[in-house]
Amino acid sequence: MSNETTTTGPAPTIYVPSMAALSTVLAHGARPRRPSPLSASLTFGWRALLKVKHVPEQLVDVTAFPIIMVLMFTYLFGGALADSPRDYLQFFLPGIMVTSVVMITMYTGVGLNTDIEKGVFDRFRTLPLWRPAALVGMIFGDVLRYVLAAVVILGVGLALGFRPGGGLLGVLGGIGLLVVFSFAFSWVWTFFGLVLRSEKSVMGVSMMVLFPLTFLSNVFVDPATMPGWLQAFVKVNPITQLVASVRAVMSGTSDASSTMWALVWSAGLTVVFGILTMYRYNRR
Amino acid sequence: MSRRNTGLAIEAEGLTRSFGATRALAGVDLQVPAGTVYGLLGPNGAGKTTTVRVLATLLRPDGGRARVFGHDVVTEADAARARVSLTGQYASIDEDLTGLENLVLLGRLLGYRKPASRERAQHLLTAFGLTEAADRQVKRYSGGMRRRIDIAASILNTPDLLFLDEPTTGLDPRSRSQVWEIVRAVVAHGTTVLLTTQYLEEADQLAGRIAVVDHGKVIAEGTPGELKSSVGSGTVHLRLRDPGQRPEAERLLRTALAGSVQLEPDPVALTARVGGHGSDLDASKQAARALRDLARAGIVVDNFALGQPSLDEVFLALTDHPAVPTEAERDEQLEAAR
Ligand SMILES: Nc1ncnc2c1ncn2[C@@H]1O[C@H](COP(=O)(O)OP(=O)(O)OP(=O)(O)O)[C@@H](O)[C@H]1O
Ligand SMILES: [Mg+2]
Repeated sequence: MSNETTTTGPAPTIYVPSMAALSTVLAHGARPRRPSPLSASLTFGWRALLKVKHVPEQLVDVTAFPIIMVLMFTYLFGGALADSPRDYLQFFLPGIMVTSVVMITMYTGVGLNTDIEKGVFDRFRTLPLWRPAALVGMIFGDVLRYVLAAVVILGVGLALGFRPGGGLLGVLGGIGLLVVFSFAFSWVWTFFGLVLRSEKSVMGVSMMVLFPLTFLSNVFVDPATMPGWLQAFVKVNPITQLVASVRAVMSGTSDASSTMWALVWSAGLTVVFGILTMYRYNRR
Repeated sequence: MSRRNTGLAIEAEGLTRSFGATRALAGVDLQVPAGTVYGLLGPNGAGKTTTVRVLATLLRPDGGRARVFGHDVVTEADAARARVSLTGQYASIDEDLTGLENLVLLGRLLGYRKPASRERAQHLLTAFGLTEAADRQVKRYSGGMRRRIDIAASILNTPDLLFLDEPTTGLDPRSRSQVWEIVRAVVAHGTTVLLTTQYLEEADQLAGRIAVVDHGKVIAEGTPGELKSSVGSGTVHLRLRDPGQRPEAERLLRTALAGSVQLEPDPVALTARVGGHGSDLDASKQAARALRDLARAGIVVDNFALGQPSLDEVFLALTDHPAVPTEAERDEQLEAAR
């Protein structure tokens, strides 16, 4: 578990507070100016990275889980839905990449909820800072996890025979779109992370939202095979728009309407849930 | 060279706050003079943390007003935040990070550049005796070290007002006196400290003034001396050799101390209050006189202790109810709930 071993060296010297030493640190000259919103957010992002350094187990969520998803679905559906797993993968990989990364966004809410339970946010909230910085920074940290997950999935896909027509640029463009959307979607979870009482209930709500959203979409199969009422839902589902645009970009074409909708959804989610989140954050 | 504050650091009028059906604050009034240690004394659930959270801009009051150095904590929260700092009852430090990382992180958030915030962090770690633990995760710190790093983080920017919510609860006597020394240094420097505690002794040691809080209200306010003399300045605990002599001992103590004497469940034990109102003798002299009277009457005392009034005794005197339910009352409540 721990990477430090406890050593029983010489007994630690007993701390005796010294008035002189304390008054030196108390008198330390002028206070600096408060940091800019960007610099404060980046500092909080740095905190997220430090946490990854100390608790590397967190990365299991963003590596092992996506790998399992890709392998499982490629071989489960590949033969049935396409001529071979390899053919299916050309269609399926962008979709499973979106699904996995969007699923990972829920850890933003879980993480925020635990941080708040522990009281760390009490200190942050008494600092004279641009208020959203703590949350924006936290999501910056999460964005790195999204990129990592996307890259891992891409790696597995390439190994299994995924050959994107759009080349490197197409792949980068697809991952870019996905990360923009996931950043926006994370605000949904910061809101629930603040509103709900426990880590468990945040998990529960996340699952209830994420399962229908990712499965009732064009990720696994072509919506043309679905009944009309389901097609109607699938069509308005933002995940469908996102998958369509990522798929197009990665295959070297473009789907202007889907891309636009994916971006509109991103902007809308950020604004609506960003505002709701900040309202709750200030009100607690 | 220290910044002296004049006037009031905190003014609160009629603060109320409920959580569902629980009325945590039922109209708290406070006036905390700048440059002093002010103690909020109260039992579990009295509303100490809620008061601190309102004053530290973390929680909105349902009613009433509070100002910190003249800034309203609701409408001018940002200006208030620039002057205050909080060490919460539960760790307000990131346990996954090391002590050094925590301080550097805060330094950056307060606007220090990276080298400056590292330097400042190192100085603080040295002054707080944490140099050796600098690169260890805070979750591996002892309770006393945790408190120290938490307070170090709170004075990183030398705030004008520092909130310490039960800074010594759960600490051993040595760690407790270390925290006390730190608090003394902080206030000597000119920072106002609002300290909550469940221990009269702690408030007595540190605070210039104390507000006693119960059921979300301030029920008494004054200097430690004023509060204690309203209660009696101490208590004697006696154990006799012969339980048969207890009635006689009780009678003698009542006359000698002119105060209340309580018979304990233990048939040889008695507790008496000394140094109550209007007495011009100090507690030890009164106790000595009582002992002499007992000896003259041939009553053998096996064990004798003179103590400060406990929070419980202050509470009994102020409210006619004990601060915490006694064992028997708790059993009764449990029984009733069944
Ligand atoms: N977030 C909350 N939700 C519900 N009830 C709360 C909340 N915070 C405090 N309370 C209730 O308000 C009352 C006052 O609590 P508070 O924490 O202010 O007391 P305290 O004096 O700090 O006690 P302690 O010595 O145990 O820390 C308690 O009855 C508590 O249960
Ligand atoms: Mg409390």
